[in-house]
Amino acid sequence: MVNLIIDGKNVTAKKDAAVLEAARAAGINIPTLCAHESVSRSGACRLCVVEIKKGSRTRIVTSCLYTVEEGLIVNTKSERVQNVRSLVMELLLARCPESEVLQKLAKELCVEPQSRFVADTDKGKCILCRSCVRVCEEIVGVSAIGLFARGSHKTVGTPYNEKSDACIGCGACVYVCPTGHIEMTSTGDKRKIWGRTFKMQTCAKCGKYFAPADQLKFISKKTGVPLSELTICTECR
Amino acid sequence: MKKITNALALRQIQEDLKKNYDPNKQMVTICAGTGCRGYGCIKVKDSLEAEISKQNLNVEVRATGCFGFCEKGPLVVVHPQKIFYQRVGERDVADIVTKTVMQGEVIEKLLYRDPVTSETVMKEEDVPFYKKQKRLVFGSNGIIDPTQIESYMAIGGYTALAKALSEMSPEGIIDEVKKAALRGRGGGGFMAGTKWEGCRKAHGSPKYIIANGDEGDPGAYMDRSLMEGNPHSVVEGMIIGAYAIGASHGYIYVRNEYPLAVVHLTMAIDSARDAGFLGKNILGSKFSFDISINKGGGAFVCGESSALFASIEGRAGEPRAKYVHAVEKGLWDKPTVLNNVETWANVPLIINKGADWYASIGTEKSKGTKIFSLVGKINNTGLVEVPMGMKLREIIYDIGGGIPKGRKFKAVQTGGPSGGCIPESLLDLPVDFDKLYEVGSMMGSGGMIVMDDRSCMVDVAKYFLAFLQEESCGKCVPCREGVRRMREILEDICAGKGTEGDIDLLEKIATGVADGSLCALGGSAPNPVLSTLRYFRDEYDAHIKDHHCPAGVCKALITYSIDPEKCTGCGVCIKVCPTQATSGEKKKAHTIDNDKCTRCGACIESCKFDAINVK
Repeated sequence: MVNLIIDGKNVTAKKDAAVLEAARAAGINIPTLCAHESVSRSGACRLCVVEIKKGSRTRIVTSCLYTVEEGLIVNTKSERVQNVRSLVMELLLARCPESEVLQKLAKELCVEPQSRFVADTDKGKCILCRSCVRVCEEIVGVSAIGLFARGSHKTVGTPYNEKSDACIGCGACVYVCPTGHIEMTSTGDKRKIWGRTFKMQTCAKCGKYFAPADQLKFISKKTGVPLSELTICTECR
Repeated sequence: MKKITNALALRQIQEDLKKNYDPNKQMVTICAGTGCRGYGCIKVKDSLEAEISKQNLNVEVRATGCFGFCEKGPLVVVHPQKIFYQRVGERDVADIVTKTVMQGEVIEKLLYRDPVTSETVMKEEDVPFYKKQKRLVFGSNGIIDPTQIESYMAIGGYTALAKALSEMSPEGIIDEVKKAALRGRGGGGFMAGTKWEGCRKAHGSPKYIIANGDEGDPGAYMDRSLMEGNPHSVVEGMIIGAYAIGASHGYIYVRNEYPLAVVHLTMAIDSARDAGFLGKNILGSKFSFDISINKGGGAFVCGESSALFASIEGRAGEPRAKYVHAVEKGLWDKPTVLNNVETWANVPLIINKGADWYASIGTEKSKGTKIFSLVGKINNTGLVEVPMGMKLREIIYDIGGGIPKGRKFKAVQTGGPSGGCIPESLLDLPVDFDKLYEVGSMMGSGGMIVMDDRSCMVDVAKYFLAFLQEESCGKCVPCREGVRRMREILEDICAGKGTEGDIDLLEKIATGVADGSLCALGGSAPNPVLSTLRYFRDEYDAHIKDHHCPAGVCKALITYSIDPEKCTGCGVCIKVCPTQATSGEKKKAHTIDNDKCTRCGACIESCKFDAINVK
């Protein structure tokens, strides 16, 4: 176990824990957008920054990635931290003006939209946190979507924005997206996502549509469980 | 070449080679760096060879690396007298061979002429551009044929490696590099010896070393010239470093936009392997090491260490948070030392001549020399190598020859796009890592862009931010979105749409981006804004409050007019104007219709009487 001080409070944390977890366990809230428990962390959104002090030197680090150290002094609300956080919120509000999640978070953090920024109209609600890309690669294991271009042109999507054969229509990306940017519609025997329409499978017992046929085929292939056993929905299993 | 298996055999071969590369032998060297190739030096070289064979002479024509004085290329030196010819064309070849080579006669019109005294200078070392330089790393560029390992060995190449392997322990080498206080030439200026020591002590195997040749700063090309002109110095430095650290493999990460560097490095690695300097049991020792070349795809951010690792690993070049140092977990999560090309090229010097000698050059905390690429509004564009601590004024005026057309110096931008602009009041600043940082700029890799009074500093900041916006990897919010928003505000200011609170807002964003970005590129991206605000705030104010661009650059804020006193009515401006905004009768003062004028500057460029006023 490691002892550290967060916002003046003595905190004990597991050796490899991130400062973010140590703070949350101690009841100290640090806002995050891109840190999702299911996927590895990238430190992209910069909302969780904190100021650390080691000796006489202080610096800003990402609490979701920085691991705890003995004697570390952490300030989660210093002026520098607040400045970065409010800038990040202002920038994201201008990028995704329609995101209710961001609006709510901004309110909690007392951040108003910066009127000098011309709001974007082409970015949707995507903050490029890359949770979707990571879940597709790390959990689902198909890497159907990725990040393209760089700088302010960066986007998430399927290769060349074409229909992806790798996508199994599982919707994990929709589930992890913090702002609800990714569109998925399921109606009757069809599910639409990333420009592709998937055929839904009915449950062998209750007859309800419950998962894309491609997803079940993929799971069967990956796990070796016969497809016939997978065609029963979770509720009927 | 037969494999060399020990230090003694190397010395013997070097001695034999020296005879072939006798400095008193007649020879013509021609700069064949990328810059001079642009001027057509290869044609000059071919003609020289043809003329020499026509005259039945036994004189070598050697295409070397960059001489540095790019402003005056193509450059030719006739040995052994070392007669320095500049701006040589094919038309001059016959004279050079028949007069200078055959009869020792100097061709006056090809010599460098001092623009102030109008006197000609015969020898390279007497040209003011070279006189104040200390060309320790870069000096051999003009002598050796970079495609021939023998050429490098003839001037003592690989002696340092032999010394390191036969006389020094890895720890001894690290101590020497630490004592020499060699700091990384790529930007950060971190102590190379400390880095090496950390990597040597780190657990994990294999260990890697990398030469960073992803030189992406606009206007900077010193690393290119080293890789092209003296690739073996980089390779030798890397082998010594690998031995000191215990690395088994190395990479040279070089931009694909540097095709000649790639070719010369590939040749250097292959020939070093043939000679027994790379591969198994180097020079008969137990030490084995090899180098591969990794070509970068032209992303500026890949010069950042963790993005560079990602790129070598085959992933997108994006940085990661570096809370664990690369010396412990770098490439493929293994202990890695990454140093810049120029840093590696310094290593053989330190081993050969000793840390005490090296540390005697430079300032208290910045030792040795630094190569700068001097570009922009400067008379002598080129690469200059000077001891650390030389004043900016000496570099710009004594070596660089000052500002063209007698215009006034305004600022020098150092450290690449994320460096800063240094004003005239700081011209006596001694240039070293710490001094540049203190004034809000940085050493970077050594770019120096000189600006005169016709450069608008808001426009300059806008230019660099546009570059950084394009080159940001886009991973983290402050850099991706913050740099873009700063650029948008700067664009507004230049377009006359700046508002009262813009400067405060720029400062606020800049501080947040510097503090909040994931990597050093984002961390330093606001520097162009912060340093121009620090030294040229009045220009920002003039744009915002007075709707006036003092330098006459920002098109929305200026008008052109013709001075009737100066105008002779020659009609040139009418001819060149693409929008028919200029008009008037012959031999009578012309006028400009500002509704039609797009401020393209064509009339200013073409007017011989300086009659166009910009306000």
